[in-house]
Amino acid sequence: MDTLLFNLIWLIPLLTVLVCVPIPGTKAKLIKGIHAFSGTFVLALVGYLTYRVYALSGTPIDDKAAPLFLRFFTDIPWINSLNAHYIVGADGLNMFLLLLTAVIVWGGILVSWEIKGNQKVFFALIQMLATSVYGVFMSMDLVLFFVFYEMEALCMYLMIAGYGSGRKDYGGKKLTLTLAFGSSMILATLFGLYFESGSTSWSLVELSKITLPTSFQMWAFPLMFMGFAVSSSLFPFHFWSPDGHASAPTAVSMLAAGVMMKMGAYGCLRVAMFLMPEAAKVWLPYVVALLIFNVVLGPFIALRHKDLKYITAYSSISHLGLIFLGLAAITPVGLRGASLQMISHGFLTGLFFATIGMIYERTHTRDITEMGGIMRKVPFLGVGFAIAGFAGLGLPGFSGFVAESNIFIGAFAQDSTLTRVVTILAILSITTTAVYILQTANRMLHGNMPAKYETLTDANLREKIVVVVLVLCLLLIGIFPGWIADMLDQSIAPIFAKLAAAQAPVIGG
Amino acid sequence: MTLMNCLILSFILFGIGLWGLMRRRHLVGMLISTEIMLNAANMNFISFAYFSAKDATAGSVFSIFVIAVTACEMAVALAIIVSMYRRRKSLDVEQLRDLHD
Amino acid sequence: MINDVSISYLIFLMPLLTFVVNGLFLGKRSAKGAAAFAIVCNGIAMVSALLLAVSYFTSGYAPQKAILFELPFLKFAETFAANIGLLVDPLSIMMLVVVTFIAFLVNIYSVGYMRGDRAEGRFFALLSLFSFSMLGLVAATNLFQMFIFWELVGVSSYLLIGFWYHKPSAVSASKQAFILTRFADSFFLLGIVIVSFVVQSFDFEKINALTLSAFQSQTIDLGFMVMTKAEALVLGGVLIFTGGWGKSAMFPMHIWLPNAMEGPTPVSSIIHSATMVVAGVYLVARLFPFFALSGSTMNLIMVVGAFTMVFAAVIACTQKDIKRILAYSTLSQLGYMMFSLGACRMGDVVVTTGWTASTYHIFTHAFFKCSLFLIAGSLIHQVHTNDLDAMGGLRKKMPLTYVCALISILAISGIPPFSGFFSKDEIILTAFQGHHYVVFGLALLTSGLTTFYMFRLFFLAFHGAPRSESVKAGHVHEDFFMTLPIAILAVPALASGFAAKGLFEEFFVPGKLNVPQLVQLAEAHWIPYVAVAIAVVALLIAWVLYASPKAKVERALDDINRGSVYKVIYHKFYFDEMYYAVVRQFVIGGIARAARFIQDYIIEGILAFVVWFVHTLGSLVRRAQSGNLTFYLGTLVVGVLLWRFFGQLPF
Repeated sequence: MDTLLFNLIWLIPLLTVLVCVPIPGTKAKLIKGIHAFSGTFVLALVGYLTYRVYALSGTPIDDKAAPLFLRFFTDIPWINSLNAHYIVGADGLNMFLLLLTAVIVWGGILVSWEIKGNQKVFFALIQMLATSVYGVFMSMDLVLFFVFYEMEALCMYLMIAGYGSGRKDYGGKKLTLTLAFGSSMILATLFGLYFESGSTSWSLVELSKITLPTSFQMWAFPLMFMGFAVSSSLFPFHFWSPDGHASAPTAVSMLAAGVMMKMGAYGCLRVAMFLMPEAAKVWLPYVVALLIFNVVLGPFIALRHKDLKYITAYSSISHLGLIFLGLAAITPVGLRGASLQMISHGFLTGLFFATIGMIYERTHTRDITEMGGIMRKVPFLGVGFAIAGFAGLGLPGFSGFVAESNIFIGAFAQDSTLTRVVTILAILSITTTAVYILQTANRMLHGNMPAKYETLTDANLREKIVVVVLVLCLLLIGIFPGWIADMLDQSIAPIFAKLAAAQAPVIGG
Repeated sequence: MTLMNCLILSFILFGIGLWGLMRRRHLVGMLISTEIMLNAANMNFISFAYFSAKDATAGSVFSIFVIAVTACEMAVALAIIVSMYRRRKSLDVEQLRDLHD
Repeated sequence: MINDVSISYLIFLMPLLTFVVNGLFLGKRSAKGAAAFAIVCNGIAMVSALLLAVSYFTSGYAPQKAILFELPFLKFAETFAANIGLLVDPLSIMMLVVVTFIAFLVNIYSVGYMRGDRAEGRFFALLSLFSFSMLGLVAATNLFQMFIFWELVGVSSYLLIGFWYHKPSAVSASKQAFILTRFADSFFLLGIVIVSFVVQSFDFEKINALTLSAFQSQTIDLGFMVMTKAEALVLGGVLIFTGGWGKSAMFPMHIWLPNAMEGPTPVSSIIHSATMVVAGVYLVARLFPFFALSGSTMNLIMVVGAFTMVFAAVIACTQKDIKRILAYSTLSQLGYMMFSLGACRMGDVVVTTGWTASTYHIFTHAFFKCSLFLIAGSLIHQVHTNDLDAMGGLRKKMPLTYVCALISILAISGIPPFSGFFSKDEIILTAFQGHHYVVFGLALLTSGLTTFYMFRLFFLAFHGAPRSESVKAGHVHEDFFMTLPIAILAVPALASGFAAKGLFEEFFVPGKLNVPQLVQLAEAHWIPYVAVAIAVVALLIAWVLYASPKAKVERALDDINRGSVYKVIYHKFYFDEMYYAVVRQFVIGGIARAARFIQDYIIEGILAFVVWFVHTLGSLVRRAQSGNLTFYLGTLVVGVLLWRFFGQLPF
């Protein structure tokens, strides 16, 4: 029963789209109602399943799924000529990412209630995007994974180019082409993987039993890792994200930064590092050098920007850098921190973009120098933004702190000189984060208010619900990290076990 | 008359056709050049059939087949050319560049 | 030992409850209700803390440490976990009592002070958030918990300094305070990471029980350098101290504290004088056995403390804003506490009297400084300015306040039998016993300066002729809610010194030390006499300058026609400007601009080149698609010929 429900997660959004097809676009209210209902339903479903995974932990697992500790394991032959299967399964890590996605999609539907343009198509695209993201997180078969992974960039482009603002065509193209570039790298290595592994399966469970030849790993790992890292905006492939976010509509920014950027990091962990642990051990200490840009320079760039979305985009870049720091640590604590950061940053940046979008709808500008003192008029949104800011600068009580402390402690345990240097720099750069967040919040919310904002109205009930739910998620992880950390630990254990067992080959030997 | 002579003849025919195809700017002229090239090919079929095949009929049948197909092709091509001429009052290929880039 | 653990939960839950209820529900609806709720809850917390203290000290268990309760928070490894708990020992109990007591009084005071403010409810909510965070900090059983609440007090301080967020000065002061402490905290966090990596624990118990010799042989690669783990521990200690350095606003990270006076005065009194700023001192006191392992760390603590002590006292002598005078005075007193801890080490041995003296001073200082701030708030509330220019002659209008102010000022000046005398005397004695004679001299000098600037404030505010219209017109009166806490605080300001002396001498010891202790201490009975004599002389000088019949008050308040030395001091040695220059020019104008340059020109430039390259390649290929049939055909023929006659082409 649960397995069936689990498979429904990605089907429901798709079915919603189909249901809405015959309804004429003029009945926008009905369409939005259906989409909101489906979003809420999926959220409830994922919430229930997360609880089930939690409740089931410790019980024996289906033999076929045992190497990865997967629940709700489904394996159906799909494309026979490729030997691709439809394989999905859940563990703590992807269950939480699914929950994150469900919350963000639900919030995204609610915040784009008043979006201009063809609403029917827009909501359909959101649901398609949701399908693809759910699919990526659920699938345990590389072909299936890749199909879903590719779907998302296309939806993203259509939504940005069709409903965005500013340089939307440029932003959309930049985003899509860069992501496609990353996908091409992944595709190349996927084929390599298939042919080199000697196994005729695309299943992660099957592949995990095989040790790939080191010579293959040595070139395939960086290619695949960077391919995934493109969508997590690791330097030097981060350039798509500021322009992309800035021109995207609110819901798309939320989805892109909140969920889609986690897909890359998730892929790095679940596919690249898991299947090629030997090469990971060799390469990751060097990947860390790239993080100097993400983690140390990112906040400084945010400091010089005046557009709220650019600021948030660079803050995302720096926070995602921390995910990679956690991954590169190759310690259980570091990997857990990275996974926590994926989840935490999803909620955080969702809240960020949601409040920014709501403020933008009111002020019609995102330039912080033109705002000021609007806290008086929109206290709810102001507090929402401030909470996002505090969560972003790693204030204890919010999820960001838990994730960051795990990453720092985990990364410091990695005994490589470069990692140590970057970890120390990352710890010290929490100040810079504070500087740009406070500067932004203060300029926007505090001080003197221009007269033109006298007529602003505070958030309505729909917006309030979105903000409150996101804040609650941040608080929940921040105050009670124990149980979520336990669940993540269980799903990281097989990945770390493989990494720990791998002997790093001598370079050049 | 040897095989070689026939082949040389068909080569010359093919050359003329190719030359015409490349040099002509008028569509009808190009069509005719194509015909010449096809005939050169037909000639090859027949001559190989006559000189070296055990059973000469296969080659002849093939060339008849080609001629039949060519006739159909010609009909279609001429129809297109006529309609094109009606639309543009010109059949100069230099000007028919709608498909470039 | 302590039978009733549940009462200790109340200490923390009550302020938290106040925060949640006032912040979410009550605050917006009824300011009066919020205030009443806050007072009741904080009262309960105070009573619980007092009960806890009584049961702890009478149980016979003191001065041993005990963990009363501990909730799991986050586990990093089987034995390497961060919990949230309550550590009881004399120090934490003392702080719990002080924090809840002062929070209770300040809440009462705020009823009067914040009356009619637009966001009264929010104020009470945030004040309770602060109390909760501070209590959590004080109760910390491990470094991780301390850091959590350390950040939370930072943010509540930020929110309260910027409480009047429409005032640009308040906003920038709050930002400065948060960022500067955050800057220090980043080092604190690094220190925690390093120390916890070496020790594999956050617990104070384990960290305090360390010996360096066990780590002498192992090395650790810190990236920038390779060192032994023992050295790394010392470095981690210094980094952890840096956190306290910033939080306690020691020089040169002191500038945020005077600027933080932009916040409402109750906030200044609880956060920026009595409790939060002593967190740095508390941190050092809590980890004293760990810090005491290294002589250089202790010397650093001493030098930083002593310098701040003198430096702030000098500035305080020239300021005109009464809250800033008090802020510099706070800095100076924090300097006393800090150097007293640092002065404990003498060569290879440690004297523990400094630890006792420092904690003692935390205790007494909390009362008299809080009282002084509340008095300053009262004055400001009546005169509507912080400036001494507009005060004077308030003695007759506010008699009760006047008396309380006198008591607190005598206490801070170290005149017996007021409370400050006892603790300050111990601190000065520590410096002498530790053979730190320079610091000893400075401490005596600062004691005189303290008396001087406090009486300067006192005479200029209360004595002389009224200089403000509202005082002359007789609008000035004493508010009940504001005067009540002041009157209550006068009691501990007067009596906490001799009343608690026995308690401190008996129970307040820093715990087991892993370094040899000096048992034979030099006795110096002459020190109190000298200190009091200096104070009295300073008092007389102040009287002559500001209150005697011949005093020229206009001259005293004139800050324009002054010598250059006075001006430099008056402008606080231009530290605000220096910070401004560094942050504006170097950080934002330099590093951030360079970073953005890299992004906008170099990275985007490379990207633009790639795009250009692809475009050019594309247009080359596109040019071949000319639509020219002849060209296609020719290419075809040439291609076929090439293929035929030149054989193996690469494709």
